[in-house]
Amino acid sequence: MSNRFYENPVIKWIEYRLPIFHFIDESVGSGYPTPKNLNYWWNFGSLAGIVLTIMIATGIVLAMNYTPHVDYAFESVERIMRDVNYGWLMRYIHMNGGSMFFIVVYIHMFRGLYYGSFKEPRELLWIIGVFIILTMMATAFMGYVLPWGQQSFWAATVITNLFSAIPLIGESIVTWLWGGFTVGNPTLNRFYAFHYLLPFVLFGLVFVHLWALHVHKSNNPVGVDIKGPQDTIPFHPYYTMKDLYGLGVFLIFFMFFVFFAPNFFGEPDNYIKANPLVTPTHIVPEWYFLPSYAILRAVPDMWIISAKLGGVIGMFGSTLILLLLPWLDRSPVRSARFRPIYKQFFWVFVVDCLILGWVGANTPDAVFHGVPFLWIGRVATVYYFAHFLVIIPLISILEKPKPLPDSISAAVTEGGGATEAAE
Amino acid sequence: MTIKRFLFSAPALALAGLLAFASGPALAAAGAKPEARDWSFHGMFGTYDRGAQQRGFQVYREVCAACHSLRLVAYRNLDGIGLSEDQIKAVAAEYEVTDGPNEEGEMYSRPAKPSDRFVSPFANDNAARAANNGALPPDLSLMAKARKGGPDYLYALLTGYKEEPPEGVKLNEGMNYNVYFPAHQIAMAPPLEDDAIEYPDGTKPTLNQLSEDVTTFLNWAAEPELEERKRLGIKVLLFLIVLTAMMYALKRQVWRDQHLGPVSPK
Amino acid sequence: MTDTPMTNTVDTDDKTRRDFLLLSTLAVGAVGSGLAAWPFIDVMNPAADTLALSTTEVDLEPIEEGMSITVVWRGRPVFIRYRTAAEIKEAGAVSMDDLIDPEADKDRVQKPQWLIMVGICTHLGCIPLGQKSNDPKGEYGGWFCPCHGSHYDTSGRIRKGPAPKNLVVPTYRFLTDTTIRIG
Repeated sequence: MSNRFYENPVIKWIEYRLPIFHFIDESVGSGYPTPKNLNYWWNFGSLAGIVLTIMIATGIVLAMNYTPHVDYAFESVERIMRDVNYGWLMRYIHMNGGSMFFIVVYIHMFRGLYYGSFKEPRELLWIIGVFIILTMMATAFMGYVLPWGQQSFWAATVITNLFSAIPLIGESIVTWLWGGFTVGNPTLNRFYAFHYLLPFVLFGLVFVHLWALHVHKSNNPVGVDIKGPQDTIPFHPYYTMKDLYGLGVFLIFFMFFVFFAPNFFGEPDNYIKANPLVTPTHIVPEWYFLPSYAILRAVPDMWIISAKLGGVIGMFGSTLILLLLPWLDRSPVRSARFRPIYKQFFWVFVVDCLILGWVGANTPDAVFHGVPFLWIGRVATVYYFAHFLVIIPLISILEKPKPLPDSISAAVTEGGGATEAAE
Repeated sequence: MTIKRFLFSAPALALAGLLAFASGPALAAAGAKPEARDWSFHGMFGTYDRGAQQRGFQVYREVCAACHSLRLVAYRNLDGIGLSEDQIKAVAAEYEVTDGPNEEGEMYSRPAKPSDRFVSPFANDNAARAANNGALPPDLSLMAKARKGGPDYLYALLTGYKEEPPEGVKLNEGMNYNVYFPAHQIAMAPPLEDDAIEYPDGTKPTLNQLSEDVTTFLNWAAEPELEERKRLGIKVLLFLIVLTAMMYALKRQVWRDQHLGPVSPK
Repeated sequence: MTDTPMTNTVDTDDKTRRDFLLLSTLAVGAVGSGLAAWPFIDVMNPAADTLALSTTEVDLEPIEEGMSITVVWRGRPVFIRYRTAAEIKEAGAVSMDDLIDPEADKDRVQKPQWLIMVGICTHLGCIPLGQKSNDPKGEYGGWFCPCHGSHYDTSGRIRKGPAPKNLVVPTYRFLTDTTIRIG
């Protein structure tokens, strides 16, 4: 296929000076060999890239109409909703796009956990991914502040106040973050600047993520290495077509929310303009932060560490611990398909994350069938960390994996991994 | 593990159960949960009932507007409830806005134009508080989006007043008992009652009718794009479904030579 | 594809079907992308609140003969002058041959006493002087642009200087005898 490029004189001229067609072909074209048995869970990586692009496109047109000033921000967003041509569409795509981005990336991460995609030789690929999710979280948080509603304002206040937990210099850091003595106009302005900048940082990180991916190629559902050409198929047209089909299904899901339930993921309070003197009765973060929020509130005073500091450590630690995962899991087998015990605990972990999200949505003093949410949150938090620090290292020693197939193509021919690949 | 098998696995069931729980008791024990009503603007094909919108606008103008502003809506927007250009001009001209400064540097008053936003009943929040025993009547532009339950809550609140609080409940000075308001004590006196105003189209102005109409109007004020959004949404979804089906067929074609076992072609 | 003739037919059939599917999917996808691009383009067009200000209504009642006012229309100054009989006469008497941009005075006004023009010099967009009684009015008694020295006459026509065109007359309409709508 690549020969064809060099027949057209224009392409030939360009290619001689800048081998871009060769580069594209090797990246996502017929020149990129891909395991032949990838299932639909592998669609979510490219989907995440597409959502990032959609977010940047809609974000730029929103920025053209947004005013980053405490007196005008809320009204300027409403002007986008009411007066700007298709402004409501741009805003609802961007607003729901944030949720979609996290849905897609969370699935992408859990897929990596299930199939052991973080293991040698993909440790750096995984670590770059952790930085991507951290950058995404920062971007999402600052974007949520921009409409300057009640939730925006109080989310900014609560989250920036977390830094005051840092001993000695905490208060100074918070003042520095705010550019004042409360969340105010300087805060809004700098959040806007960062919210515009960080997506491009994300773009750079994604580029490095893909670069690392292309060195050792995609992992696959059976988790054994590519041993030769019989194990792979060209990315194009097989996976381009599969990704496009997946994109279609995803867009139907996405657009349903945009057009028919645009405020499903939102909080009504954010349609009330920010009021620094009145806190809403029930502050909850966006759904994608609920597990982190539950961990933040779960940690009690321990030894010399205050609950506040402990909560902050726990919250950031819950994401940062992912950086250590390639070394916590010593099992040589990647895919959970051949790790019967890990597989069970993987699903328990998924449920644990959902429980944390559920706890995060409720006030800590609320009670569920006689059990205070605070305690459910504490148990779930302990389990969360135990999963990484105790359960995974133990399993990797104690578990006896099932026999691995000789190769990807052997697994496909036996029918082991063929069903998904063929569907 | 295929997607299908996943859907029936034990963790999936646990997950589904959790989600079912999670959505339930999240509401704090504040006001009673408003009953879900069947609004004309609900559903994928929902549109606003023009009659209800216009009657609701009348209710807003004659009752609510005495205390509540509607800052984000402009008179020109009233074409969305079916008023003609001349009607809009006439409505706008009934209000005075402060403009200026003129060439002498003075602020002056002029009749509102269609391009002006709704004139607020009070000059500022402090004036509004002073005139209402310290309680601030909130702006209504986004009210239908800014409360849990949206239009259902607004309707429930308007119809949820009780003349006498239940036994054992002591009302604070100047407060009214409302079943649906958080903590049940609301500063706003019952704004509507049967025959509170007269409708020119002959609709009987019962409390329920008035509440339904003004809720429809307020939902329009909060979501003026709703009709356009749903119309476009249907087209977009139909298009995406067709395109996705075609891409699925193409994907199957492309993958045919990779199918093995019983489905293997040729 | 160098199989037996039998298989070849099947292959060709299959290939035709595949090509048709590919082309039609590409076509539908291209149409969809095109349609999806429209909101991103239209979003940069003037918004509803901007369009609502695209016409300006002006009450001429308070303007006295010989006076000018400047009103803002679409963010630009519009000169409205109640011309004196002498000015009207002077403007009508000019020979077409003397004009850089020949245009009769009667074609520039709807009612001779009311001269309504966009007050932006057609040279490089400065605002000419001449609205106030003590402003310099240029050599032809109308307006004078201080930036590069363009002189306009009592009909707002360019008479001397670098400007290529007469001051632009916007579309306007008399709603009553004394109110106009510009735009």
